[in-house]
Amino acid sequence: MWIYEKKLQYPVRVSTCNPRLAKYLIEQYGGADGELAAALRYLNQRYTLPPKVIGLLNDIGTEELAHLEMIATMVYKLTKDATPEQLKEAGLEPHYVDHERALFYHNAAGNPFTATYIQAKGDPITDLYEDIAAEEKARATYQWIINMSDDPDLNDGLRFLREREIIHAQRFREAVEILKEERGQKKIF
Amino acid sequence: MFTTRKQYEPYISPFDPCPPIRVKTYVTAPNLYVGFQPPNLPQFPLREALMKGTLWQVFYDPYYSPYETKGKGDGS
Ligand SMILES: [Fe+2]
Repeated sequence: MWIYEKKLQYPVRVSTCNPRLAKYLIEQYGGADGELAAALRYLNQRYTLPPKVIGLLNDIGTEELAHLEMIATMVYKLTKDATPEQLKEAGLEPHYVDHERALFYHNAAGNPFTATYIQAKGDPITDLYEDIAAEEKARATYQWIINMSDDPDLNDGLRFLREREIIHAQRFREAVEILKEERGQKKIF
Repeated sequence: MFTTRKQYEPYISPFDPCPPIRVKTYVTAPNLYVGFQPPNLPQFPLREALMKGTLWQVFYDPYYSPYETKGKGDGS
């Protein structure tokens, strides 16, 4: 089970009314390398990994849900007061027609979220390598969104999320080392 | 130590339609270099760590848009 804390992991501030940024950010909400995909991937894989690394996937998977909430808050703030005209200018009219201002799990191009974005192979090294790749992809996506965004407050939050991806990738790399079981032994290959 | 930004010069054709980007930059994050985290690495003060996204100085590698901070950005 989880215990919910009614606050964000990092404060989300948005300084400009720019619904176009919401269109980019939705990639990290319902996209292939987004926070939903990350949370579902780790929280599902954790059952069939060796016990030594289950806790790691549990912790990171949980944190991804907190990231999902930050992205949702950003998207919501960027769109909640935008006029249909502004949403149209931002290229969000297909979204508006289907969802009005509601959030939805799709990527920046409008493709709905699908479980085919994630995998659970049951082979520990395979799954951890997918997880490392997923973190690097998420890190890169944040870089491209930061490049496209001219909102310094929003970018501050995105920088925090990107830093967390670096840490997650580091911990997954360490998990691989743990499973290799050669750590601490002086061996020359 | 290591650097977390690398550069290369892509091929430029005399017939490129747009003004060429002469130098491309990419990120090589700290997690590529540290391996299994050794004990007793330097930490940030706790409040600062909460805002930076990591307790460990070695893993802190912020990314700025080249368009956001003129001259100070990552450039690519
Ligand atoms: Fe992550």
